[in-house]
Amino acid sequence: MTEHSYLIVLLPAFSFLMIVFFLRWKEKIASLFSIAMIVTSLIMSISVLFETIARNGEAYTASFTMAQLGSFKLQLGLLIDPLTAMMLVVVTAIGTCVEIYSIGYMKDDPRFSRFFAYLSLFLFSMLGLVVSDNFFMTFIFWELVGLTSYLLIGFWFEKKSAADACKKAFLTTRVGDLGFLVGLLLIMYYTGTFNYEEVFAKIGMDVFPPAMLTLAAIGVFCGAIGKSAQFPLHTWLPDAMEGPTPVSAIVHSATMVAAGVYLTARAMTVFVASADASFFVAVIGVVTSLLAATIALVQVDIKRILAYSTVSQLGYMIMALGLYGYDTANGHHSPGFYAGTFHLMTHAFFKSLLFMGAGSVIHAVHTNDIRDMGGLLKKMPITAPTFLIGSLSIAGFPLTSGFFSKDEIVAATFGHPVFTVLTLLIAFMTAFYMWRLCFLTFFGKPRDEHRYEHAHESPKTMAYPLIFLAFMAVFVGWTGIPALSHGFASFVFHAEPYHPHADWMNYIVSSIVGLSGIGLAWLMYYKRKIDPDKLAERFKPIYTLFWNKWYFDELYDIIIVKPILAIGRFFWSFDANVVDGAVNGTAKVTLLWADLKWWFDRWIVDGAVNGCGWIVRAFGSLLKYIQSGRMQFYGLFILFFIVAAGIYKFESAYLNGWIFTDFLEVTTLFVILIGFLSYFAKTIVPESTTKPKREE
Amino acid sequence: MDPQLPITNVTETLLAMLPEIFLFCWALVVITIDVVSKRKSETLAGYLSMIGLLITGILLSFSTYGKGFGNMFFNDPMAAFFKIIFISAAFMAIGSSFGITKKKIVNHRGEFFGLILFSTVGMMFLSASREMISLYIGLELTTIPLFVLAAFFKDEKLSIESGIKYFVIGAFSSALLLYGMSFLYGLSGTTDLLSMRLNIAAFHLTFKQIGVVVLISNIMLVAGIGFKLALPPFHQWAPDVYEGAPTPVAAFLSVGSKAAGLVAFAKMFLLALPAFYGTEMFPNDWGMMVGFFAACSMIIGNVVAIRQTNIKRMLAYSSIAQAGYIMVGMLALNEHGLASVAFYMFAYLFANMGAFAAVALFEDKTGSCQIASYEGLSKTSPFFAVSFSIFLLSLVGIPPLGGFMAKYKVFAAAIAQASAHESGQWIYWLVGIGLLTSVFSLYYYANVIRQMYFSKNDSPYTMTYNPAILTVLIIGVLGVLAAGLFPEPVLEFAGQISNSFGF
Repeated sequence: MTEHSYLIVLLPAFSFLMIVFFLRWKEKIASLFSIAMIVTSLIMSISVLFETIARNGEAYTASFTMAQLGSFKLQLGLLIDPLTAMMLVVVTAIGTCVEIYSIGYMKDDPRFSRFFAYLSLFLFSMLGLVVSDNFFMTFIFWELVGLTSYLLIGFWFEKKSAADACKKAFLTTRVGDLGFLVGLLLIMYYTGTFNYEEVFAKIGMDVFPPAMLTLAAIGVFCGAIGKSAQFPLHTWLPDAMEGPTPVSAIVHSATMVAAGVYLTARAMTVFVASADASFFVAVIGVVTSLLAATIALVQVDIKRILAYSTVSQLGYMIMALGLYGYDTANGHHSPGFYAGTFHLMTHAFFKSLLFMGAGSVIHAVHTNDIRDMGGLLKKMPITAPTFLIGSLSIAGFPLTSGFFSKDEIVAATFGHPVFTVLTLLIAFMTAFYMWRLCFLTFFGKPRDEHRYEHAHESPKTMAYPLIFLAFMAVFVGWTGIPALSHGFASFVFHAEPYHPHADWMNYIVSSIVGLSGIGLAWLMYYKRKIDPDKLAERFKPIYTLFWNKWYFDELYDIIIVKPILAIGRFFWSFDANVVDGAVNGTAKVTLLWADLKWWFDRWIVDGAVNGCGWIVRAFGSLLKYIQSGRMQFYGLFILFFIVAAGIYKFESAYLNGWIFTDFLEVTTLFVILIGFLSYFAKTIVPESTTKPKREE
Repeated sequence: MDPQLPITNVTETLLAMLPEIFLFCWALVVITIDVVSKRKSETLAGYLSMIGLLITGILLSFSTYGKGFGNMFFNDPMAAFFKIIFISAAFMAIGSSFGITKKKIVNHRGEFFGLILFSTVGMMFLSASREMISLYIGLELTTIPLFVLAAFFKDEKLSIESGIKYFVIGAFSSALLLYGMSFLYGLSGTTDLLSMRLNIAAFHLTFKQIGVVVLISNIMLVAGIGFKLALPPFHQWAPDVYEGAPTPVAAFLSVGSKAAGLVAFAKMFLLALPAFYGTEMFPNDWGMMVGFFAACSMIIGNVVAIRQTNIKRMLAYSSIAQAGYIMVGMLALNEHGLASVAFYMFAYLFANMGAFAAVALFEDKTGSCQIASYEGLSKTSPFFAVSFSIFLLSLVGIPPLGGFMAKYKVFAAAIAQASAHESGQWIYWLVGIGLLTSVFSLYYYANVIRQMYFSKNDSPYTMTYNPAILTVLIIGVLGVLAAGLFPEPVLEFAGQISNSFGF
């Protein structure tokens, strides 16, 4: 099956094409077809996973050359190693759940089939990204997932917030992609290839100057910063929650945003070779994680809390990977790589579960604000328990998936006390804000009776995926428990097999941290022993800071958007006709960008097209004067060109052709001369003397 | 018979000349009969002329290759091929003149047809010469009847204007041509083109100081022949003359006269001066200079044609552009070059004569030459619309029509030339310009088709066909299709021309 794993990638693409071209108006068939395709992909992925396990994790590669430019080959290829196999299963499994879930969630949407088409396109791009065996192909699919993310966030483009959010997401990630491209080109420059294995082999051969290697690694990581919403480009992800909830579940929590983590893991050899770059990665990871966790503490929008939680958890993974690179570069052993990828997998399951659960809740109460919910446990017998299981898992409740993976992350920080403390602090905050969410949503008295009355459990298509994912949220982590001699760690581990050992101290400490977070939430939001409002009053500056998301949006507005707007205004005021006043009302960089693009299309792209036509027509109308109708002029004209040709020939003969030698130059000159003479003819021959009235 | 062998026997020489002699006599017969029959019949002279051309064609198939009267008369494959083209062009021009001889030229039908035949005889002599004097006489014999023909509508201002213009500019360029020839004679001491080829090259290599003279004569020759070809910047007469002249005469000008110019060019430059083509004989290379004119021709012809609203002027510019494409093939001095030119001329003959025949028919019917008045013709006159569209599409060069094959051959020959010689790289640019302007040309040709097919209104006119014009249209359509689908026999014949020129 492994040798046919390209089919895993192509089936969703096929589904996309089928829906776009044939099944557009047959909504039911469209959705079923796309689910059939992704299920097939899932089955194949699982078999690929087993085959990879049977191969002892040896990588399978296959590639064909798309284009050969000198010694440089542009290739499309497959690289199936444990990391890939794991990601394939994660993506297709969650993809399947989300598509089934979407049947219920997107019911009655006027663009139902289009949604499935976009989802299929996304799955195609994501799977392509996962299987690719070289940086270049990765980059292509990297941009493709960016595009589909843009399409999906803006799926309800009638909503202004959604339209703004999709542009923001697209542009912000593009900033990171610029860095990615720089890193990619540096790698290409020094190693002469894009292929992962060849690049890694070359890095071992010291072809890179160290500074350049660090730069290249940081460049590649910039891509991850954008895509995985790391500080300082994290602001787009919470806004991206304007998209339909299934999209948030798959694109913006489980898979696409994990692509940055995946890329970092994939290119680990590059980071291992540069301790500085790795440390940078780790710092970015922990800062992001802390920042997002603090913001999540005080938010009230259910999806935004989950979004900040996602950012925070991604920061966790990135930090673990960075620490692995740093430790390995310094000759220490570290479980960081294993921890990062393991958490990537477990997080994908429980976070998509949480998002879909949140979607189910929103579906029931028609609001995102947790202050208007409460007591939904009774009303939602499937959604509520599964959501709670997910929350337990993310809080690191013992024996859930999150517990095992989070422990490994904590273990990865050993040796770096600051990181350890911060990691535990974040774990505490995670448990707290997740359970704050749970208590406010599912327990206590309903705070909005009207909404409560109308709340109902979601249809079965939405409920079944939740149950499956809840199961996974608990048990998928068991693949990594230290008791297994050939668990996840030895399977996925980069370079050499790794066997984690049970560290009881670690288990106990992180259990206590998690449980105390839950406990504090219980005290504050269930028992109401501590009044959250009073607490907020007391720590008002900090509360306001968190509430306003550390003022990042405002900061960017001042340091980026405003200056760009000012520059824009300056240029625009240049020519009011050009701008058409379009920019005057814009206050956001997104809109500015749209206008820029519009300007570009209108004047550069269309201009080039129309310009050609215009030049031809203008030339034609100039040349028409050549037919002045006066034959004296015709004779003169012939004579003139005889002289011109003579001069040209004389020049090329006796001045060694230092003025005109090129064929095109002289042709152009001749044509211009003819045009000029025509104009001359027009001026010297008055209209009235041209005899019988002519048409041009 | 081997073309190089001299025919010493005068009788045999005259026999080899029989088609020309016959056609000349027949032209006199046509005029005489028209006068004797008191100019009563509307069609007699026309049909007589067509029959005469057919007989000439039959005689042509019996005539042998060979040379006589020194090199004054030289029947080679090129002569044979182009004679067929001249006869066909005259045949189709006459076939499309029945409309005007019925209504407008009531008193001079015999002279009208006779002059066309005289001009054809001139072209035939031109094509069968390898000697400057007979070449020049052939050229003049071709042109002078055409001056008269252009001005044949004696009471129409435009026609008179066109005749006078053609005459004056023609005389001017004739003088230039003769001037250039006299330089060559002075350098080589011979009027025989083959001897000249050797003498001048040898002279140039010996003395190195004749550069300026060869240079001047090259420019003069290009200008003089460029006038016949309507090659910009020597093209200005063409639109005015085409517009004013009777439509069949314009057609004959655009094909017959142009083919005559091509023959003259090939003989002067490819036969006498091939040594001066490239940079080997720098600075007297004429190749790139002609390349400029060809490029100008394609650019100006196609660009200005877009602006035209009168279909005759549009076709005039189109023929200017076509001359540019033909010259691209002429600049390929290899075994494909001249063959592709001949083949292009063959395909162009049917397409352009057909298109002019359609225009003539429409003009006879409606008196209009405006493109806009072709609106909606597909519904009332489907045969007319289909055949006209085929001619236009062939002129664009749409497969599988003859025009495509012709353009392909010409460009392929040019590219072969460019890739074979280091100094011929500029030909790539020439071909590039050719391809680009072909795209422009689609616009104005398709515009006519759009008028006929995609108009909401039905045309108020319904075409009626007399037998002659019907024959012309059918020959045109069949010729265009045959050139596109079964080009091999023609290509083989055309290949012999290249061989006889020594490529």
